[in-house]
Amino acid sequence: MNATSERFTPLQRLLHWVMAICILSMLFIGVGFASTITPKYLPLVAAHKTLGIAILVLALIRLGVRVRYGAPRLPVNLPTPMKLAAQLSHYALYALMIGMPLLGWGMLSAAGYPVVLYWNIRLPQILPLNAALHTVLWNAHFYLAFAFYALILMHIAAALFHGLILWDGVFGSMAPAPSRVKVVAAE
Amino acid sequence: MTKPLISPGNSKLGALAFIAAVIAVAAAGFAFTAGWLSPNRLTAGKLVAALAPPGGPALGHRRNHAKGICFIGTFDSNGDGTELSRSQVFTRGQYPALGRFNLGTADPNAPDSTVRIRGMGLQIATPDGEEWRTAMIDAPVFPVSTPEEFYRLLEALRSKDPDAVKDFAAKQPEFAVFGKWASSAPWTASYAEERFNSLDAFTFVNGSGIEHAVRWSLLPQAKVTPITDSDLTKLGPDYLEQEIAERVGKAPQRWTMVLTVASPGDQTSDPSKAWPADRRTVTVGTLVVERIEAERDGPCRDINFDPTVLPNGIQVSDDPFPAARSAAYAKSYDLRTAEVRDYPYHMKTATGAKP
Repeated sequence: MNATSERFTPLQRLLHWVMAICILSMLFIGVGFASTITPKYLPLVAAHKTLGIAILVLALIRLGVRVRYGAPRLPVNLPTPMKLAAQLSHYALYALMIGMPLLGWGMLSAAGYPVVLYWNIRLPQILPLNAALHTVLWNAHFYLAFAFYALILMHIAAALFHGLILWDGVFGSMAPAPSRVKVVAAE
Repeated sequence: MTKPLISPGNSKLGALAFIAAVIAVAAAGFAFTAGWLSPNRLTAGKLVAALAPPGGPALGHRRNHAKGICFIGTFDSNGDGTELSRSQVFTRGQYPALGRFNLGTADPNAPDSTVRIRGMGLQIATPDGEEWRTAMIDAPVFPVSTPEEFYRLLEALRSKDPDAVKDFAAKQPEFAVFGKWASSAPWTASYAEERFNSLDAFTFVNGSGIEHAVRWSLLPQAKVTPITDSDLTKLGPDYLEQEIAERVGKAPQRWTMVLTVASPGDQTSDPSKAWPADRRTVTVGTLVVERIEAERDGPCRDINFDPTVLPNGIQVSDDPFPAARSAAYAKSYDLRTAEVRDYPYHMKTATGAKP
C-alpha cells in the first residue's frame, strides 16, 4: 500500500476551496486594478481590500483548524525531496495567506490612507504615517504577490501530478468529493 | 469498475501535457489581466511618466504639482451642507484641516510666474474617524474631457513638433475654454487671493438617501489684487510661498466653501464643461488657514490628496477623472515615497546652480 486514503476534514476542505476562489480572485483583481485608470479602478481597489481582510480572517480560522485536526499523512513512498517541497510550500502558503493582507493593511496605514472596505466598513490604521516604512511594505506586498501566484501555480501542478500521474490519494484528500482516482490507486 | 481520470493505457506524457497546459493558461490569464500583453493600455505608470519634464522627474517629489507649501487650519462648518450630504463634515462645528498650496508643475524649482495653474490640496478630518480629501485648482474648467485626452495633451506638450499643442487644440474644441482662461485671466500675487475649484462632480447623499451632483469651490475672502505675470516675475521665483507664510503669520486667511448643485439633466461626467451660471449654490462653511509650514518635513508632504478619499455622504459620480487621478496619485506617491533619500532634490540642484 503506497497511497493514503485519509482525507482532510469537511471543514478543512470547505475552507480550502472557498479560500482558493478568494485568493485567485484577489490576485487577479490586484494586478488588474494596478493596470488601469478607468472608473472600474475604484471598485476593484475596494474589492481587493475587502477580500484581503476576508482572506486574513479565513486564514486565521484555517490555521486554528489545521493545528487542531492536522493533515493526512503523505504517502510513505513519496520521495523525500517531494515531501520536503510539499511541507515547505504549505508553510509558505500559510505565511502568505496571513502575511499579504497584513502587509497591505500596514502599507495603507503607513501611507496615511483611511482603510475603507466595501459597504463603508472602516478599519483602524495599524501603523503610523511613515514614508520609508510604506516603501518597505509596498515592495514586499508587490513582489510577494507574484511569488504567491507562482506558488499557487506550483501547488496546482503538484496537485494535478498527484491526481493524474501518481494516483496516490493526495489529490483526493482535498478534493471536494471522494475521487475515483484514489480508489483505483489504492487497489 | 471505476476508472481513473486518465486510463493507464494513455501515456503519462498526455497527463503531463495537460498539467502544463493548465499552468500555461493560468499564467497567460494573469499576464493578460496585469496588462503585460496590452502595451497600449493606459496605466497610471504611463500617465505619471508623461508628466515628467525632459530631464526626468524630480526625485522624491510629487510627479505633478511638485512645488508647494503646507498649511494647517480649521474647517468651520455652518451646518447648511447637511441638506445635501449626511457626512459629519457638514454638521455645524469645527474640524481640523491640513493642506498644501501648490503650483501645477512637475518642477519643484519652477519660478512662480512660469506656472499658470495653482492648486490646493485639502484634508478635513471629522471626529467619527472619516476624512475628506480634495485637490482643487484655480482654473474654472479642466482642459480636457477625459483622462485619455489628458494623456494625449501631455504627449502633445512633450512633443518636439512645435505644432503638436496647436494640433491637439484643433481636435479638442473644449480645450479653447481653458486656453482662453489661461491666456487672459489676471494673475494674483498670493495664494490667499485664489479661488480653488473641485472641477470634478461628485454625488452627495443626504440623510434621507437623496442624491445630488455637486461641484465645490473655495472662494477667497481676501481682497483680490490682479497683477501681470511680468510684475510677478519681478517679485522673485518663490514669492508665493514667502508671501503666504508672511500673510498667515500676521492673520489667519479664510476661504468660503460653496457647493454648486447640478440641475436635473446637467452632465456630470465632463469637468471641461462648466454648469450654467445660474445653478443653485449652498455656502457650507469657511476654511481658516492658521499656520504655514515648509513642505520639507511638513505635515502635508507624505499625504496623498487623493480625491477619492471621501466621507460617507460623498461619492464619486460618472466623472471618470477621480478614479484616474486616484490611480495616478497613488503611483506618484509610491514612487516619491521610495525616493525619500532624494527628497531635497531641489536643494541640491539649487546649491549647484548658485555661484
